[in-house]
Amino acid sequence: MKKKKTKINYAKWGYRFVIPFVVVYVVFSLIPLLSTFFYSFFEYYFRYGGLEKVGPNFILFDNYVTLFTEGMFFKYFGNTMLIWIIGFIPQVIVSLLLALWFSSTRLNIKAQGFYKAIVYMPNLVMASAFSLLFLKLFSNNGPVTNFLLESNLISETFSFVDQKWTTRGLLAFMNYLMWFGNTTILLMAGIMGIDKSVLESAQVDGANSFQVFFRIVLPLLRPILLFVMVTSLVGGVQLFDLPQIFTAGSGGPEMGSMTVIMYISRLLGVSKQYGLAGAASTVLFVMTAVVSLGFFFIFYRKEVITSKSEKKVKVNE
Amino acid sequence: MKKLFVLFMALTLVFTLSACSDDGEGVGLQEEGKVLNIRVWNDEFIGRFRDFYPGYLETKENGQDLLDDGTVVNWIEVANDNNGYQNALDTALANQKSASADDKVDMFLIEADYAKKYANDTYALDVIEDLKIPEYTLSQQYQYTKDIVTDDSGKLRAVSWQATPGLFAYRTDVAEEVLGVSDPAAVQALLDSWTKFDNVAQDMKTEGYVMISGFDDAYRAYSNNTSAPWVNEDDEIIVDNQIIEWIKQTKTYTDNGYNNETGLWSAEWFKDMGPEGNAFGFFFSTWGINFTLKDASKADADGPEAVGNGLFGKYHVIEGPASFYWGGTWLVGAKGTDNPTLVRDIMMKLTASEKIASNITLETEDYTNNMAAMDAIANDAEYGSKFLGGQNHIALFNESASTIDMKNISPYDQGLNESIQQSFKDYFLGTITWAQAWAAFEEKITALYPELELKDIPADPFA
Repeated sequence: MKKKKTKINYAKWGYRFVIPFVVVYVVFSLIPLLSTFFYSFFEYYFRYGGLEKVGPNFILFDNYVTLFTEGMFFKYFGNTMLIWIIGFIPQVIVSLLLALWFSSTRLNIKAQGFYKAIVYMPNLVMASAFSLLFLKLFSNNGPVTNFLLESNLISETFSFVDQKWTTRGLLAFMNYLMWFGNTTILLMAGIMGIDKSVLESAQVDGANSFQVFFRIVLPLLRPILLFVMVTSLVGGVQLFDLPQIFTAGSGGPEMGSMTVIMYISRLLGVSKQYGLAGAASTVLFVMTAVVSLGFFFIFYRKEVITSKSEKKVKVNE
Repeated sequence: MKKLFVLFMALTLVFTLSACSDDGEGVGLQEEGKVLNIRVWNDEFIGRFRDFYPGYLETKENGQDLLDDGTVVNWIEVANDNNGYQNALDTALANQKSASADDKVDMFLIEADYAKKYANDTYALDVIEDLKIPEYTLSQQYQYTKDIVTDDSGKLRAVSWQATPGLFAYRTDVAEEVLGVSDPAAVQALLDSWTKFDNVAQDMKTEGYVMISGFDDAYRAYSNNTSAPWVNEDDEIIVDNQIIEWIKQTKTYTDNGYNNETGLWSAEWFKDMGPEGNAFGFFFSTWGINFTLKDASKADADGPEAVGNGLFGKYHVIEGPASFYWGGTWLVGAKGTDNPTLVRDIMMKLTASEKIASNITLETEDYTNNMAAMDAIANDAEYGSKFLGGQNHIALFNESASTIDMKNISPYDQGLNESIQQSFKDYFLGTITWAQAWAAFEEKITALYPELELKDIPADPFA
């Protein structure tokens, strides 16, 4: 007993130090999060373009019904995923290749720090600035369009910004350009974390570099790849500033570059539809969670299955 | 250390309090607030105010204006983009009651497209009864500028210093080359109906010019002549035949190459106004001619405003195929202002004074909201706009202004006008069908105005 009393209690300092974070988190994240969820069950908007408040009236799932039946949410979700995937595939491939080159002991690239900095550089530019730059370059009178026109590579009626797929493509390209450096650094960290002796023994056993990559590096890189995928997906789902600036908020040709967050921001823009926007945010959250779990399941299928079968075996016993 | 901190806090408190008491110790002369907050979306009114409001003394380094009664004018400028101006204004007005005297909105500006949203008892002071501006002083203002801001109970809620009749500004050099005439009367005779307008468009195409620059150029000339408001009493969207006519014309023009497929306010659109452009003309209202077109027509932006600099002097104006108006800015006295006398004074002087109205027009070529002053300038044989090659455009505006009728405006106009222009761009370009364009329109509307409904999709005029 005595001994305990004399002991200084350091735990309270721990609690004190986390107070700022907890307070900021609760006020700026948790409360808005819960109120978003809460208001998704209410009819709550402003008539006449934001003038006259309607609600909040409790309507249970009506906002969700609207969201699912109007079909716009899923169209925009499709747009978002499409732009993300078109950008993500080259992003992972290029990043993996760069990561392999940089970490390869055989190639032993010199001035690595320089290249790494260059590769990471686009990420430092603000997304909105990036988007504006591309808009200027590829607009109907922009230098890139004019150059391609003058070299007869595109027809006179061709327009980057007036067509659905070119707009999506450019957005995906921007997203790729901004994030492949970040992915490269992450994957490189993953590759360097792999035990060198495993790779060396594989080489000693006569495996060629393809076999080493596919049989050893890739499987061991799985956790990092999963991390890259999930973070990129969460970022991709929230794609907003690039298309918002690039299309001036209009969603681009045929609304083909309208993302979910742009939709939510549009719902909140003029008529302040807190109800429907809340429902859209909640559904987006659930879908992101489901897709992330899906990735997790795919990557760890073996473990999941084996642990299940182990259980079965145990039950059988 | 702790003591020092307490001392510091105490001192801060003392200073804050004493600063407060300074504010309160007027000698009884100053009954109203010392800061006049005016919310604007661009610097147009700021310029007018500084140049023409008699009480203006000077602009201080922080951008505030000092008036001769010691009041400081604090300009709060929020751009219009993405509804930014209205959003900021809504927030400020919602906090109007709890805001401290110096932070209250005293005056704000509104545009025709959303005038109905603010010109009502909730936000705006009654010009006649609250601000005590005698009705007879406003007798020279155009009736439509009063109608648009008169609320349901017949109370005037705002005043404007400008009237915004629209005209068609055309290039005389192109007219001479293609039509063989350049004189406004002769050109007007060739363009006084849409059928004739379309015929000339074909001639322009043959000679390598385009009739108008883009999709939305002629929009106002159609949309202002609708027979009913955009939205009826049951919150249903009514697509007027004039809107269909605009779609029809624009689709035909786009397919035939009579326009350059530009969008309003885009870089390509501005380029078409200049010497490198090949557009015959532009539909513009007052501010568009002396402000937008004039700046864009120069070859050398910083060069002199004289003939020889780009297209300066080569544009002329005519009434065109349809009368219309576009835009316009109104001054609103905000409910809860602590400077009603000053708000009243600014409104009186800038919108009701014939002399000031006349001066504004003579100096800026803007069309002001005073019939007597405008009549005088319109009938002045010596007056002519240098930019328009010496043409007296005020005379034309004068005729056009008397025909403006704003009975068909609705609080939804801005969103619906923008949405239909945006939605049909793809249709004009041929990437989507008629039905898809309307679906896109509905898509935009549900986000903007969830209470509205588009019951029937109009029949395809080309089907």
